[in-house]
Amino acid sequence: MKDVTFGQYFPAKSFVHNMDARVKILAVIAYIVAVFLVKAFHFLGFLACFLFVIIATIFSRVPFLKVLRSIKGILFFIILSAILQIFFNADGKILLEWKFIKITDKGLLNAGFIVARISLIVLGASLLTLTTSPVEIADGIESLMYPLKWIKFPVHEFALIMSIALRFIPTLLDETDRIIKAQKARGADFESGNLFKRAKALIPVLIPLLISSFRRADELADAMDARCYSGSKNRTKYKKMRLTWRDAVATVFIAGLIVGVVFLNKFYWLLVV
Amino acid sequence: MRIETEKLSYAYGESKALMNLALKDVTLTVEEGEFFGIIGQTGSGKTTFVQHLNGLIKLKKNSGSIKIGEFDLGEKKCDFKKLRARLGMVFQYPEYQLFAETVFEDVAFGVKNFMPETSPEQVEVMVKDALETVGLNYLKVKDKSPFELSGGQKRRVAIAGVIVTKPEVLVLDEPVAGLDPQGKREFIALLHKLHKSFVKTIILVSHDMDLVAENCTRAAVFSHGQIVAVGTPKEIFSNAESLEQTGLDLPLTAYLTNMLKQAGITAENDYTVDGLIKAIVSEINCGGER
Repeated sequence: MKDVTFGQYFPAKSFVHNMDARVKILAVIAYIVAVFLVKAFHFLGFLACFLFVIIATIFSRVPFLKVLRSIKGILFFIILSAILQIFFNADGKILLEWKFIKITDKGLLNAGFIVARISLIVLGASLLTLTTSPVEIADGIESLMYPLKWIKFPVHEFALIMSIALRFIPTLLDETDRIIKAQKARGADFESGNLFKRAKALIPVLIPLLISSFRRADELADAMDARCYSGSKNRTKYKKMRLTWRDAVATVFIAGLIVGVVFLNKFYWLLVV
Repeated sequence: MRIETEKLSYAYGESKALMNLALKDVTLTVEEGEFFGIIGQTGSGKTTFVQHLNGLIKLKKNSGSIKIGEFDLGEKKCDFKKLRARLGMVFQYPEYQLFAETVFEDVAFGVKNFMPETSPEQVEVMVKDALETVGLNYLKVKDKSPFELSGGQKRRVAIAGVIVTKPEVLVLDEPVAGLDPQGKREFIALLHKLHKSFVKTIILVSHDMDLVAENCTRAAVFSHGQIVAVGTPKEIFSNAESLEQTGLDLPLTAYLTNMLKQAGITAENDYTVDGLIKAIVSEINCGGER
């Protein structure tokens, strides 16, 4: 149970780690936009995005393999979408035909395009979670959502919910581990039987877990009340986020990527012909 | 069942950088019939040790051996389910593991897992027996939700859920934590009652020295994943210095004995309250004759 990594933060000191979390979040959003901007079958645009990820990884001092491993989690999803594209895209020239299955050149291209798009997005997003601790991300999101205060959105409370949720993930994992052990000691069996049986075997774990979560929530609320916690008003932060030259450099860099992708979309023929 | 571990080691964490030894070469034998105490500071490895005993933490290759009765936990075909039915384990705050809709269902959980062929009538007999052993009124509580009971009652139900299959060995991890003095006394009485009936061996993990001095026949002191002392409470607590090095306290009786000694009264005893009183009384009587 302890192997479940959440947020997969990779602690290190690097250019990317030291960047402002807000800029990193915005940069990832911009990067995802750039990936989506790449016009169909202009694979050079993807190459540019891939280069961007590689350079960012180098500056983050996270091992390449660690970044690549993030794809593993959604490998099934990637393969499924590729298969759907290959077998059910009937457009284009038919390369292979067998009974009801038609494989076309356009289907193959589409599959490659989608695989590249999903993989690139996951790579970029995982670079954010690898270099930014969950707390920093929560703080960053809070700061970015600040304008929503104008429409009376409870930004601070929302961020608080997020950070509490993140804070309690390890605690709940520990608790889960303990309860699983306790029920195993009473003969519970989580490893054998069909899917339905196994799902049913989880009930003796989930119910105590749910109950203890409620208990913890109650206790936490009391503890916060006892220390006169009253929400966002006049509250200062221990860690102030500040923009530095790193953030300026990164902004220029990401802007360069978007310009590059747009350029490649327009003048693709220049480079190909 | 005799419990025997040899050179048992265990490390948490997968990668080498994060590895820290939680247990190191633990060799210990607990004979059948003992009321054995395991003491040590938080993080000294006592919980990790007892969780090995019923295979909740699997024995790794080249990290020692565990033999419990006829079970060899290092063997691949070791039947952990059978072992767990005979070696019951009560976790810290066991009331947090209650889950069923009724007390009856919760106590019957172990029976249904370990002995699926038991007839419903037999299950009822066993559950009734277990609940009455822990001092609850069967008819009153059996249809209640375990969550509407009081804290002490919840703990009793949880214990009933462990002893319902009549394990020969009972391992308890800090069983009196969070109980009031009376609840504590009642609980200890319950343990002795169990020890006199079907439970042959009790292993009690605790950092409550008074509890260990008063009740255990033998004890082992854990420190940084190693055993630093094994013996009767008398042997362990007469060596106050080495015990304090591991960050543990003496039982009150041992403190009193030491203070009496400083005042010039040697009242040697086995550090149970009864033993101390007897020693003092005999000392007073001798003094009177002089």
